[in-house]
Amino acid sequence: MRSLINDVIEAPANSTIGGNVKDYKVDIDVRWCSGCGGYSILAQSQRVMASLGIPREKFVFISGIGCSSRFPYYINVYGMHTMHGRALPIASGLKVARPDLSIWVATGDGDSLSIGGNHFIHTARRNVDLNVLMFNNAIYGMTKGQYSPTSLKGQLTKSSPLGVLDDPFNPAALAIGAGASFVARCYDRDPQMMQKIFERAAKHVGFAFVEVYTNCVIFNDGAFDLFTKKETRKEHTVELQHGKPLVFGNNDDKGVKLDGVTPVVVSLNDGSHSIDDLLVYNENDTSLAFIMANMTYNSNLPRPMGVFQVLSRQSYNQRVVEQLKYYESLPGANDLDKLLLGEDSWEIE
Amino acid sequence: MEKKIQQLKEATIRFAGDSGDGMQLAGKLFSNASGIFGNDVNTFPDYPSEIRAPEGTLYGVSAYQVQFGSNLIHTHGNKIDALVAMNASSLSVNLPKLKENAIIIVNSDGFNDKNLKLAKYEKNPLLDDTLKKYKLIAINMESIVAEKLSHLSLSPKETARTKNFFALGIVYWLYGRATKHTEKWLQQKFAKNPKYLEANIIAFKAGWSYAAESELLPIQYQVGTAKLESGTYRNITGNEAVALGLTIAARKANLPLFLGSYPITPATEILHHISGYKKYGVKHLQAEDEIAGIASAIGASFGGYLAATTTSGPGLSLKVESIGLAIILELPLIVVDVQRGGPSTGLPTKPEQADLLMAMFGRHGEAPLPIIAAKSASDCFFMTLEAARLATKYMTPVILLTDGYLAQGTNPFKVPKLSDLPDIPVKFATDPEGFQPYMRDEKTLARPWAIPGTPNLEHTIGGLEKKDISGIVSQGPDNHQRMVELRAKKIEGIVNDIPLATVEGEQSGDLLIIGWGGTYGAIKDAFDTLRGEGKKISFCHLTHLNPLPKNLGEILSNFERILVPELNMGQLKFLLQAKFLRPILGLNKVQGTPLQEFEVVEKVLELLNEKGGN
Repeated sequence: MRSLINDVIEAPANSTIGGNVKDYKVDIDVRWCSGCGGYSILAQSQRVMASLGIPREKFVFISGIGCSSRFPYYINVYGMHTMHGRALPIASGLKVARPDLSIWVATGDGDSLSIGGNHFIHTARRNVDLNVLMFNNAIYGMTKGQYSPTSLKGQLTKSSPLGVLDDPFNPAALAIGAGASFVARCYDRDPQMMQKIFERAAKHVGFAFVEVYTNCVIFNDGAFDLFTKKETRKEHTVELQHGKPLVFGNNDDKGVKLDGVTPVVVSLNDGSHSIDDLLVYNENDTSLAFIMANMTYNSNLPRPMGVFQVLSRQSYNQRVVEQLKYYESLPGANDLDKLLLGEDSWEIE
Repeated sequence: MEKKIQQLKEATIRFAGDSGDGMQLAGKLFSNASGIFGNDVNTFPDYPSEIRAPEGTLYGVSAYQVQFGSNLIHTHGNKIDALVAMNASSLSVNLPKLKENAIIIVNSDGFNDKNLKLAKYEKNPLLDDTLKKYKLIAINMESIVAEKLSHLSLSPKETARTKNFFALGIVYWLYGRATKHTEKWLQQKFAKNPKYLEANIIAFKAGWSYAAESELLPIQYQVGTAKLESGTYRNITGNEAVALGLTIAARKANLPLFLGSYPITPATEILHHISGYKKYGVKHLQAEDEIAGIASAIGASFGGYLAATTTSGPGLSLKVESIGLAIILELPLIVVDVQRGGPSTGLPTKPEQADLLMAMFGRHGEAPLPIIAAKSASDCFFMTLEAARLATKYMTPVILLTDGYLAQGTNPFKVPKLSDLPDIPVKFATDPEGFQPYMRDEKTLARPWAIPGTPNLEHTIGGLEKKDISGIVSQGPDNHQRMVELRAKKIEGIVNDIPLATVEGEQSGDLLIIGWGGTYGAIKDAFDTLRGEGKKISFCHLTHLNPLPKNLGEILSNFERILVPELNMGQLKFLLQAKFLRPILGLNKVQGTPLQEFEVVEKVLELLNEKGGN
């Protein structure tokens, strides 16, 4: 059924704008704290958007509430800064309505996993075609320093001066459990990995979830240093790469192998193991992805970075389009006079 | 035997039985047959909130009430002229609703020892003088259908299931309804199951013949045709009328429709209907919760859809933050609240009008929006079109209030032609020259609707206060004051775009009754009755509750006393007192039942007597 929207969708794209990073910059000042990890996420998003070959007017950034969620104001595309926790259902409605758009969501650990937790699992389950960038700083920044659902047990914050009693969410495992078809993790200090992952997320059909370790310089400074700083990250992280063995360490001298379904670290130096003993990663295997995600809070294991899983599944919005297409092809489709009349009508003279 | 024929102006029939006895279907078919006959008809189902309450129990009784007549019928009727009771419990529960001398048609097979025990009858009421005030017609319906269907090799359960059509046949004879249309309906319904088709047709005809021949039914009643405008009619529930209204409004606005919703009684059927409208290009999302329902609709509205969310009280409570967002975003959105008894889970299947003040004030911050209300099941269609018109013209969420009575009840809907309905003019902004997201139309104060995908109109909207015109974030003191005032002025300005209130009866005098929403029928009937008795009273029904019609103040000033009957503790009364600074009288009922004509009549007579009559 044609409508006013067709005129917009079918209008010629603005081919002169959108292929350059500067097209995505705004005139106003970005007001994140100096040193905030958000700056790097913004810059990489702008770079990736400029490289995708999509007209600028087709991009939309939706956000909830929190430091991360100021994002739409800082990028020159269509945007909506919404309510705490509700970015995903708003983005879902927009994507179902307008599958022609490339819709990105900026959210935080509190926004998406606490107040928006219900929406998070259901949007993942439905596989709505969205690119979700979750700035994980393991703290509530905007409200000035309370613990979040990814804060660690024992962490001292404004609302846990004597230590957090909760255990944290494991965002990657949660996303995998909820059926997200693309799950990845990267961190603010590695622009190359971020760009690579953002690009893959944008091209992925379905719900793409990217957790970005984001340093909060004010309320949780250094929370991820072990995994993100040049001096320590090689020893404490392992990058998941499809088809490649899990090697890590300062001198690529360690690896992860599976002992049954339990990941263990082995040395490649002491002669006990060779590279052939290591787990060769398969990002299309959700069982493996879950095992990797569950390495997250195990201090004896390196923290996985990169793409946990990519599953090929029709997106919810594709199914909506397919269903409509079928029913709109049936006899009597779009005959609203018939609909008005119903199944049981009569004439009064 | 020779039968007498008696003329009636109107009649009220109640079909009652166990939840599984098919009484809802019997009632619907009878009301359609009455519509086809040419009566005006109004119906209301009354069923337990339990899905299938234990068989034979008092709380498992399901009923469907139909009032039909040769005059205009505004409600489903008060006291019952004829009751069909399929078992002892359905008799016991409904006995207090009967008129004296009413007809009771019972299935006497539903009065065995077990049935009687469940209905808390110590003795069989069919056999003693419990029912002596009434015309009792006791028929062993199950036994009769079992005999009539013995050749079909159906199971006893399948056979027993046809007894509703036997009962229906009796009632069709009793009120002289044509059987043809119902037979045709059965043929369509059971096209793939000829055995059931035959069984139900046999039962239906057997009921009719039984009534025609039996000495138990000496009188046949005739209810003449009503003076209805000529045209095509169908019976419609309020919920279906809303679903239809949304679909038609979208087409009239040249927009696609999106419904984001979460199931909740008594609004769920709107979602049921819309989700079946794929043939008409409608999109819907059954969201994970009420908040996601409205949030997804806001997203679709940003994308250029006519977007709606449908709910009932508890769901409206969950949506209030999102409504505030839609107000500051200035995006069109239709919020339908099918009111039910509250607070909390309250009375999920029962009507109430107690969400008016929540619709009016239930948001943080200064957040006015238009509120309108439907007055009958079929009016839900037209008020949905009105909600769409206001939402798109003024770029605002609109709350449409209906209630559990309108939602589930039916009345005849004069079916319009699509081409006869007015267009809803909508334009998207496309020209970048001079575009600002919060510039305003001089007349309506609406901001432009610029949808993603439009080259060079990229902009960000959000929940933070907007700078006037540019729409960038602004926390400035003067700007906030200005924006609050602008948003309020925009809604107030709608007053020039809605119908003036009208008064039936004297245009000035002692007593004016003001009503709104689903109580229209009861108040209108009471008004007509009292006028018929020569009482000098007046009646004004409000369709628009915010803003109120601009002549309402003048109307009020012409009357000494004003009575507002409502199914709440005085919410419209509160609004009118606050706005017009004068005392207003209330008739306030919160019993989970629709307002009744006699309740209004009694109250008015009491007021008139206070003044020494008139």
